[in-house]
Amino acid sequence: MLIFRLAFKNIIGAGLRTWLSVLVLSFSYITIIFTQGMYRGMSQQITSAMIATELGDGQYWNSAYDPDELFDLDKANGVLPAEFDPAINSGQAVPILFYPGSIYPQGRLRPVIIKGIPDRQQVLAIPAQFLVVEDPEIVKAVIGERMANSCKLAQGDLVTLRWRDSDGTFDAVDVEIAHIMKTIVPAADQGILWLNLHQLQTMTGLDQSATMIVISPELTRRPDLPGWDFKSVYYLTEEIRAMVKMKSSGAMILYFVLIGLALIAIFDSQVLSIFHRRREMGTMMALGMTRLRLILLFTLEGAMHGVLAMLLAFIYGTPLLIWSIRSGIALPAISSRWGIALSDHLFPHYTIGLIVFTILLVMILVTVVSYLPLRRISRLKPTDALRGKLS
Amino acid sequence: MNQNNVIIQLENVVKDYRIGSGYFRALKDFSISFGHGEFAGFIGPSGSGKTTALNIIGSLDQPSSGTCLVLGENISTISHRQAANLRNHQIGFIFQTYNLLPVYTVYENVEFPLLLLGLSDTGRKKMITEALEMVGLTDKIDSRPAQLSGGQAQRVAIARAIVKKPALILADEPTANLDVKNSHNILELMVKLNRELGSTFVFSTHDPKVISYLQRIIRLEDGRIVSDQPQKQEL
Ligand SMILES: Nc1ncnc2c1ncn2[C@@H]1O[C@H](COP(=O)(O)OP(=O)(O)OP(=O)(O)O)[C@@H](O)[C@H]1O
Ligand SMILES: [Mg+2]
Repeated sequence: MLIFRLAFKNIIGAGLRTWLSVLVLSFSYITIIFTQGMYRGMSQQITSAMIATELGDGQYWNSAYDPDELFDLDKANGVLPAEFDPAINSGQAVPILFYPGSIYPQGRLRPVIIKGIPDRQQVLAIPAQFLVVEDPEIVKAVIGERMANSCKLAQGDLVTLRWRDSDGTFDAVDVEIAHIMKTIVPAADQGILWLNLHQLQTMTGLDQSATMIVISPELTRRPDLPGWDFKSVYYLTEEIRAMVKMKSSGAMILYFVLIGLALIAIFDSQVLSIFHRRREMGTMMALGMTRLRLILLFTLEGAMHGVLAMLLAFIYGTPLLIWSIRSGIALPAISSRWGIALSDHLFPHYTIGLIVFTILLVMILVTVVSYLPLRRISRLKPTDALRGKLS
Repeated sequence: MNQNNVIIQLENVVKDYRIGSGYFRALKDFSISFGHGEFAGFIGPSGSGKTTALNIIGSLDQPSSGTCLVLGENISTISHRQAANLRNHQIGFIFQTYNLLPVYTVYENVEFPLLLLGLSDTGRKKMITEALEMVGLTDKIDSRPAQLSGGQAQRVAIARAIVKKPALILADEPTANLDVKNSHNILELMVKLNRELGSTFVFSTHDPKVISYLQRIIRLEDGRIVSDQPQKQEL
């Protein structure tokens, strides 16, 4: 306890340099916690949106479907297995048919993936109720906001849709944009045209067929179906996790620079202590302090940088973190750069584990860096120290 | 000198300093003892070995050969830890350059040895106040060393040395950086402390002012004791 008190007094009495190191260290704390919280929040936000609008609680893929092989998308489907009829009828599962096509907004060709979804489904947050067929002659479509913007389509617009039916002959129809939906999930928006499943099946001659069956969490049974492969949410979000991981390790460079700067300054001041404060060390030894306690004292004094930085970061960081949790961070500009359609506001997700880990990491680094230059104290003779000499 | 009273005994002490590939012998066949309550000093020309002798007595350094007993401890064989313990409990140092700890206040500087001793808060406060009263610096307790004059700084150093009431106080050229008036003040203070606390004082000096206060003068030359005489104090 004595050593703590002395170390604290020493560092409080130290000069501007110390406070600069403390300031930079406190930036490091805040930057790490803030950005890592942001990445976690981002990952969480994207994942939950994907679950709501795309993934459900997992998907059965027709074995012919391969998301990386979109040329054969017209063949990536199969007749729905009868075992799934009860689940589909009770709203615990929803079949979706993917089909390639193209639209011609303002006369320009635009390839799309047509996704057929039943108009009465509750599994995904796709506003399929707009796809209810009132007049069999009219084909209605729902598109996402980004799609609408990039094709300059508005609600009520008619746009020509062309597709190749199962015989290989081209067909065309004018579809009416019945609704434009807001979503952050690219798989439901960019290049996607949502149609009524029955209408799409009729148009393509693929009666009773689908590309995948998305299931809701209410369906607890996940039977093995020949010709259909179950993909869990964990599997389906792998890419997102990998991407967030990559982004967050990219931020490591920033952390290294910040912590590195502070560590260099602390190391430097410890080396200087060995030179400039030798007489002080000699005096302490003359007053009855052992070398071991002296090393402990000066190590602790260095480590105090980390403690003070923590206090400082707590003082100005807490309001910052609370504000970011409450009102989110506006990110409209950043989202496109990220390659993900984020919502306007990102809500960071800070965990105790993240904060504790960051504090531990910085404290350990600071303590080690403080200790390293002090090893030579163990060979310091009191008489040499008092004369200001280094042994 | 009463033999039972002896607290410091050096016998045939030799101190060699390594210089390059050879040695320099700073103390040669050095034998002397001090009794309880003495007010004595090493004098002699620069380089004669005064500081070396004082450092060995103070357990800051060890003799190359010979025996040195201080307050029951054998300095030749003592471990670093034991030496620190001995200094902490029994020995007070006063340096030519004061050596106050710069970031601490006057109060905290005087408190330092007591903190090392692990004394309680209330016990410490009483002892510090007492020590600062003795040196007449109760009005400066919150000052930092940089804000003190040389005389005041040395008085703080004295307070720090005497605060634990050690059996032995070693003072290496305590007046070298002080003017005449301050030197006399400090010497009178030390004489008073010697009487009141009964602590043994051993000086190293070539300051005639200090010499005039000593009760016993040990003259060194070239690492040897050339004379050892009591001095009559005129009152
Ligand atoms: N660490 C050391 N290494 C080498 N030589 C040393 C060392 N310390 C002291 N000496 C030498 O030992 C001799 C005695 O030194 P010491 O410091 O004891 O002298 P002193 O009597 O205190 O002198 P002064 O009055 O100048 O303080 C000197 O010649 C000095 O050069
Ligand atoms: Mg000397």
